[in-house]
Amino acid sequence: MNFAASPVLALTLPIWRSRFLLYLFIACFGVLLCRAVYLQGLNNDFLQAKGESRYSRVIEIPANRGRILDRNGEALAISTPVKSIWAIPGEVHPSERQLARLASLLEMAPSEIEKRLTGTGRDFAFLKRQIPPEVAERVAGLRIPGLFQSREYRRYYPSGEVMAHVLGFTGADDVGQEGVELAFQDGLAGKSGSRRVIKDRLGQTVEDVESIKSAQDGHDLALALDARIQNLAFSQLKAAVAQHRAKAGGIVVLDVDTGELLALANFPTYNPNSRNNLAGAQLRNRSLTDTFEPGSTLKPFTVALALEAGRVRPDSVIQTGPGTFNVGAAIIHDAHVERSLTVAQIIQKSSNVGAAKIALGLPAESMWEMFRDVGFGTVPGLGFPGEAAGKLRPYRSWRPIEQATMSFGHGISVSLVQLARAYSVFAREGELIPLSLLRVDVPPAGQRVMAPKTASAVRAMLELAVNRNGTAPRAQIMGYRVAGKTGTAHKQENGGYAADKYVSSFVGFAPASRPRLVIAVMIDEPTAGGYYGGAVAAPVFAQVMAGALRVLDVPPDGPMQPIELPPEGEEVKESV
Amino acid sequence: MTRMNLLLVVVLTACALGLVTSQHQARKLFGELEQEQERSRQLEVEYGQLQLEASTWAVHARVERIASRQLHMRIPDAKRLQIVRRQEVAK
Repeated sequence: MNFAASPVLALTLPIWRSRFLLYLFIACFGVLLCRAVYLQGLNNDFLQAKGESRYSRVIEIPANRGRILDRNGEALAISTPVKSIWAIPGEVHPSERQLARLASLLEMAPSEIEKRLTGTGRDFAFLKRQIPPEVAERVAGLRIPGLFQSREYRRYYPSGEVMAHVLGFTGADDVGQEGVELAFQDGLAGKSGSRRVIKDRLGQTVEDVESIKSAQDGHDLALALDARIQNLAFSQLKAAVAQHRAKAGGIVVLDVDTGELLALANFPTYNPNSRNNLAGAQLRNRSLTDTFEPGSTLKPFTVALALEAGRVRPDSVIQTGPGTFNVGAAIIHDAHVERSLTVAQIIQKSSNVGAAKIALGLPAESMWEMFRDVGFGTVPGLGFPGEAAGKLRPYRSWRPIEQATMSFGHGISVSLVQLARAYSVFAREGELIPLSLLRVDVPPAGQRVMAPKTASAVRAMLELAVNRNGTAPRAQIMGYRVAGKTGTAHKQENGGYAADKYVSSFVGFAPASRPRLVIAVMIDEPTAGGYYGGAVAAPVFAQVMAGALRVLDVPPDGPMQPIELPPEGEEVKESV
Repeated sequence: MTRMNLLLVVVLTACALGLVTSQHQARKLFGELEQEQERSRQLEVEYGQLQLEASTWAVHARVERIASRQLHMRIPDAKRLQIVRRQEVAK
């Protein structure tokens, strides 16, 4: 059969029809090509990002805040993760039962929860912060839509009120707010990192894409504090404040060799683990941030200066009778009247008249220099927030009466830490050492402020003050030789001195043959059981010093005999 | 030519399947790694909590209370105390 001859096939279509189709297809392909170029070339980045956002997520890697340890590695502050429950108020519609369960888990009233969920027009509300992870898990088990949890850290302080003032505390976001937590915030705080991952439909991470920033945990901080001595110091101070019905008190223990702060306690204090209803008085670290007029504890510095200048020798005799001394219009009194005393006895019996007479024989400028050299009037430089510098007025403005009263610690104010540090000069053969809150491995170099001969002469006088004929027989410790000085000062009030309000203090060191520790004790406004430094503060010193020397295994340098106290009522009274 | 092409198709398929399996393996292993890391974090948290517990139990005030009240311990007085000096021991 010859198809070619078929008339049906011979029929020809107009040529434009096939051309038309051809161009139509070419045009269609052209459109597709343009679209492809647009999507893959011009718009690629945007689309890529959109696509990635469907599966890739940046997640945060939390970092731990460093622990705070004592010098022996005992943990004083630890952060552990806790959960916070938050809600998008508009989306939470719990049933009655769910609400009741939630309320009992969070230990809140159901009405309180309702209020938080409806009260505000915001789309974010914390229901409760910092709850234990176990409770958070049970809350999650309730499956209430619109309720979420986030991970936070909470700081715990196992030792509670004992170390509260040194350690300070952190706020809700684990950021230091007080004390060491604030002072060393940068080192303690970790830096949280982040990484990009691929998540599947169920929200599980299936692939690690890249690490954007690795998390850095905060560094642990080893303090100079010794937990055993701190505990001893705190409990003795607390007992003394209660016994003498005092308003407040403070105690500082320094290591003579290294300048480390082995203990620092204040009372009243607070529990850093539950900080509701805190009063300012509880929060203040009195030993560091408050200053007081120290009273007689400053006499040794005046005497040291006089010895240094060659004006007196320890056995020089000074007329102290009849117990009063007129400087201009003012009269200086002695509580314990003697006709004459040697310089050593002036320290031992704490004679104001004697100290004033010695002071007036000295130039004001050198007295000012001595006070400044032992650290008064300047911040102790511990790096603690709110350290007080105290008040030491420039010597040009001193009147003779002021110079006289300053020799026995009036008209000048110091903090307890400054006082303890200044006494380390006598304990260290005339050197002043920088203090440290942190553990020190290599003792820093001291700065010489008086001759070793002078320091040891004053040390011998300070030892006399602590025997049965001195003002502080109760500072004695069995087995150790102790040196120290009492202070009793009227408190300043409304520009004058209050007649019945005192600050009692004692500063001393032991063992006197080779001092190891300096302890300063201050009791503010004792109202029961006496007010003399020798009766109120010295016993605290003795208790803490005895315990601390035992803890540190310091060999005894004195006789193992029971302590001799003078008969009742015959104790040497200190001049106030 | 045809045989060559067929061979290439087989190789390609094998490679593709291999890729799928290894990707699956990788994800599975990654999942395990994630879990282990989570566990290590959990253990770290637990360690912190145990440390906290240990120092809470070892608080000096508590130790002292138990020593003096329950165990009736006290610091020996002077008469019962004898100091042995290092030099004396050496002799």
